[in-house]
Amino acid sequence: MIVFILAILLFLIGLYGVLVKRNLIKIIIGLMIMEYAVNLFFTLVGFREGGTAPIFSEGLSDNVFFVDPLPQALVLTAIVIGLGTTALMVSIAVRIYEKYDTLDVRKIRKLRG
Amino acid sequence: MSLLPLFVIVPLGAAFVTPIFSKFWKGFSDWWGNLASAFLMVLSLWCLRFSTETIVYYAGGWEPVDGIPVGIAMVMDGLTVLMLIIINVIAFLVTLYSVNFLKNYTDRGKYYTLFLLMLAGLNGVVLSGDMFNLFVFLEIAAIATYALVAFGVEAESLEASFKYQVLGGAASITILLGIAFFYHLTGTLNMADASRLFADMGPSPAVIFTGILFLVGFSLKAGLMPFHAWLPDAYPSAPASISAMLAGVGSKVLGVYALIRIFFNVFGMTVMPSLLTIFLVLGTLSMAVGAFLALGQKDFKRLLAYSSISQIGYCIFAFGLGTPLGILGGLFHLLNHSVFKSLLFFNSGAVVYATGKRNLESMGGLSQRMPVTGTTSLVGSLSVSGIPPLGGFWSKLIIIYAAVESGHHILAGVAILVSIVTLGYYMKVQKLAFFGPLAAAYQKVKEVPAFMCISMVVLALLSLGLGLLLLPQLREVILDPAVKVVEQGMGYAEMVLGG
Repeated sequence: MIVFILAILLFLIGLYGVLVKRNLIKIIIGLMIMEYAVNLFFTLVGFREGGTAPIFSEGLSDNVFFVDPLPQALVLTAIVIGLGTTALMVSIAVRIYEKYDTLDVRKIRKLRG
Repeated sequence: MSLLPLFVIVPLGAAFVTPIFSKFWKGFSDWWGNLASAFLMVLSLWCLRFSTETIVYYAGGWEPVDGIPVGIAMVMDGLTVLMLIIINVIAFLVTLYSVNFLKNYTDRGKYYTLFLLMLAGLNGVVLSGDMFNLFVFLEIAAIATYALVAFGVEAESLEASFKYQVLGGAASITILLGIAFFYHLTGTLNMADASRLFADMGPSPAVIFTGILFLVGFSLKAGLMPFHAWLPDAYPSAPASISAMLAGVGSKVLGVYALIRIFFNVFGMTVMPSLLTIFLVLGTLSMAVGAFLALGQKDFKRLLAYSSISQIGYCIFAFGLGTPLGILGGLFHLLNHSVFKSLLFFNSGAVVYATGKRNLESMGGLSQRMPVTGTTSLVGSLSVSGIPPLGGFWSKLIIIYAAVESGHHILAGVAILVSIVTLGYYMKVQKLAFFGPLAAAYQKVKEVPAFMCISMVVLALLSLGLGLLLLPQLREVILDPAVKVVEQGMGYAEMVLGG
């Protein structure tokens, strides 16, 4: 149970970063932390107490059971998607820096509500 | 060979080929992008033949074992067919429009690559019968969209794209967390299978929390009122063709479709009875606040963006009524809104193309120099304001009638009031931009090139004729099967898994 709470805590740390920080790069890091927290949480969902790695091999005894392999596969996909989004965000941040000469969100305000 | 995977494979494959060949032959991407989207449009219209059936395709041939699905399922039912037609018809007109419109932008090859990737994602979302697969396609569409919003690489579009990415990223993470809970609760990712399990489970705090995660995530993607912050920046900053695609199709598929599918078919109303009230509140809020914010705008595209929030509000409001008539109104308004909002964004793009300006107050009398743009925008404006006999009138009439019928008299009054406000701000657009004396600076303005005119005229004719869909013969084929899918709620599980 404690690991789930720690994962949620990590999620909240990321959320804090996104909401409070003024630097574009720190906002991106905040989002990444949030995403990793969710990935961690998802992997923990598939965890079974005493389970082994989900690989069929010779000489497995009958009383051995696996952890749920599906969340692991899903998290792997989610990590790849996260890589795509992060790469795009960082490249956009670089272009913003070229245009505005700053990474401070308070100074990047050409659009008005 | 099933038809279903083609909707994803064709745009994905076409997107892959585009950048390779457009390096050698400059005009290739125009032809190729149009060819791919035209093929998809024909394919989606062909699917009308199957609109009353439910077709399931298991990727890789992993058929269900003892009635429990093990593979990734793609499902096509009435609702999916309706959404596929909306997506692919608008997408074809957008690619047609882009042929001329992209004159002011660099690198057509990359534009079409991203556009086709977005199309693959959108088609995948509506065809997916599996929660995680839906998430993956949603991310494909979202990443392509972020890049397309920034395509102009102006300071504004980069800023809007970053804002969109932060909020869109937060939405995706929320949805992923929702899927983690979903999987933990049911032990399956297949929507139909989970629907069956949720029906037995009944409402529990964990189920409701999962529902709230999905509600927040997809409302962010749809741009409903408390979650709309990215929308009025992203739509005006994107190239007009992409704004048309985003407003007409993107937010509907990623937001509204996903909300309907998950809450009506997977969770079911029995699990979350208060959900209809939440839909009503979100819908009324978006429709009223969006309209009043649009009233004060001076930027043509920003006004259209706020108007989009307002019209999406109408759709969610109609689904919140929960009666068959309300669902019909909501789906019909979804269809109408795609047509007239894409048309209006095309018009704004044509004005920007011809004059280089978006500020309404600096325009005037453009109808004299640009008759096609002027006339089609008048048709679009009248349709969105709900003037008979245009399409928008019928869908609003059904929504308001359904609201009165189900006893929500005050909300019906709000819907009528918002409709009048809508007429007000669209008449403002017409008066400032298209009517009146021609400003001296625009004496030499020319009508936009042929392909842009063709796509605007086609959409104008469509918004004129969409009222005909209520004729019984057409209704049976297009709207009724979709209404039936939403209305049956948890019956979705039996339809997909075959009882």
